[in-house]
Amino acid sequence: MIDGAGPTAETTTAAARFTLPSRLLHWTMAPMVIAQLLIGVTMIAALSYYPLLLAIHRPLGVAILAFAVVRLANRLTHRPPPFLATMSRAERRIATWSEYLLYALLLVQPLTGWAMLSAARFPITLWGPIRLPGIAPYDIDIYAVLRQCHSVFAFLLFATFTAHMCAVLFHTLVLRDRLIDRMAVWPSKPASPEPDATEA
Amino acid sequence: MEPGDRGGEQDDKPAEATPTRLGPLSRRSALLGMGAVAGIAAVDVGGFAYAGGWLRPGALTPPRFADRFEHVYGRHDGFRRNHAKGLSATGSFASTGAGAAICRATVFQRGSVTVIGRFSLSGGLPDQADKPDAVRGLGLLFQASNGQQWRTAMINIPVFADSTPQGFYERLLASKPLPDTGKPDPQKMAAFLDRHPETVAAMKIIKQSPPSAGFADSTFYGLNAFHFTNSAGATVPVRWSVVPQEAGGPNAPASSIGKDYLFDDLIRTLAQRRLNWRLVLTIGEPGDPTNDATKPWPQSRRSIDAGTMTITAVQTEEAGNARDINFDPLVLPDGITASDDPLLAARSAVYARSFTRRAEEPKSASEVNVGQVTS
Repeated sequence: MIDGAGPTAETTTAAARFTLPSRLLHWTMAPMVIAQLLIGVTMIAALSYYPLLLAIHRPLGVAILAFAVVRLANRLTHRPPPFLATMSRAERRIATWSEYLLYALLLVQPLTGWAMLSAARFPITLWGPIRLPGIAPYDIDIYAVLRQCHSVFAFLLFATFTAHMCAVLFHTLVLRDRLIDRMAVWPSKPASPEPDATEA
Repeated sequence: MEPGDRGGEQDDKPAEATPTRLGPLSRRSALLGMGAVAGIAAVDVGGFAYAGGWLRPGALTPPRFADRFEHVYGRHDGFRRNHAKGLSATGSFASTGAGAAICRATVFQRGSVTVIGRFSLSGGLPDQADKPDAVRGLGLLFQASNGQQWRTAMINIPVFADSTPQGFYERLLASKPLPDTGKPDPQKMAAFLDRHPETVAAMKIIKQSPPSAGFADSTFYGLNAFHFTNSAGATVPVRWSVVPQEAGGPNAPASSIGKDYLFDDLIRTLAQRRLNWRLVLTIGEPGDPTNDATKPWPQSRRSIDAGTMTITAVQTEEAGNARDINFDPLVLPDGITASDDPLLAARSAVYARSFTRRAEEPKSASEVNVGQVTS
């Protein structure tokens, strides 16, 4: 997740990280969401693996929704660390908005899938006899709209994820400002601050 | 919390962290870094596009399967890509309880569940003329009171003509009627049959059971094998069919061969009385093919009379009735699972694509109209 939030009053050091729950949530959800995007896009083009992928897609979507709710609560109660000096004002604004967009998509995309199946009168089977109730009226026109939304949101989510990943990698691999350390759940070496002059 | 609100604050006194460098910045390291980012982005986007089938023009995907139906039959907005001509139906299933011996699904416990059905003709033309030898379809949705659903789409031939989705896909094209004769190109069909001996064998079996007079006395076959699991956890392979209770009964041959005579006869019959079918579960034995719908199981296989499926009424297709149901053969209750038959996954995937396409298209009135027949 792009660290988008409001700056704290005090200036912190580069070692300032997201809180441990935030980092754990980030790295738990990241593989789930990437897998879900891949499963979704593979599924619509698959003849033989369609039922298997769909059987994974439904419960995984519900799990992502549950994590997204927890994550939103966590986000609303915790302030992210401040931006790095290597981020311009425009970049910070883009980062902030893309964070909001990702949160919105992670919440709305599973709900859209759930509602879409409800509108098509499908049972929302999670595992064996375990099912979820329908959350939309049985109506093929509502299904059509929700089904299109599900595709649009999927592409938007993929594009936002890709932009987020590329931005973090650009900072980490090109600017080498250790941006990714803020979200690291692995130990990162404390480095001595380099004078900014080297940037020239 | 609005980012714009913070803009001014940041202008005055940017609260930010001074980064610590991973190493010295140089043109070389920056280029290497940019190369790495570009490479990862290319794998990310390329992998996504590959998975979605956009980089595999030759792969047989559900959209391309649906495209083939449109190529052969034309595109008819709002209608199913196959079995486009149809009639909605409602009824119930009264279970004898005998099916519970092999399946724990609620529908097989003694009692009754509601049924939504759809009678149809094979093919993608929503206004085709009824013909005696046109393949007839019956889709059923069993709705148990606890929310469990069982959907099935059956046809009135005892085996399917193809064993693989690829075979069906090719046969669709080979049997596309020529504009001048209205019949398939004999050379193309012969070439297809040369490559598909399983279709030749299946056609022979299909010819041995000529179609009945109408929908009411048709036997409909589920064709594909499924696995049934009972409450003790024992699993057996099963094929099912619905057998008319009044076979050869009072259904006289159609008095007039109108364009919709098969549907019209059904509508007139149901205006007078309900129609019953026995739901027969046939249990396979070890060695019986579960992955090949062209091959029948031996006649001697044990079968269970699971109960009576009754159709009480039919309705013109419209919003909210069977028109809007995808009779996906893999919507199954707990206790029934798919077999290794490759047709099942493909049917589920292509039905989903057909359903989504027609849902997004404008709808128009169905050819079969109950009000016009009964008035």
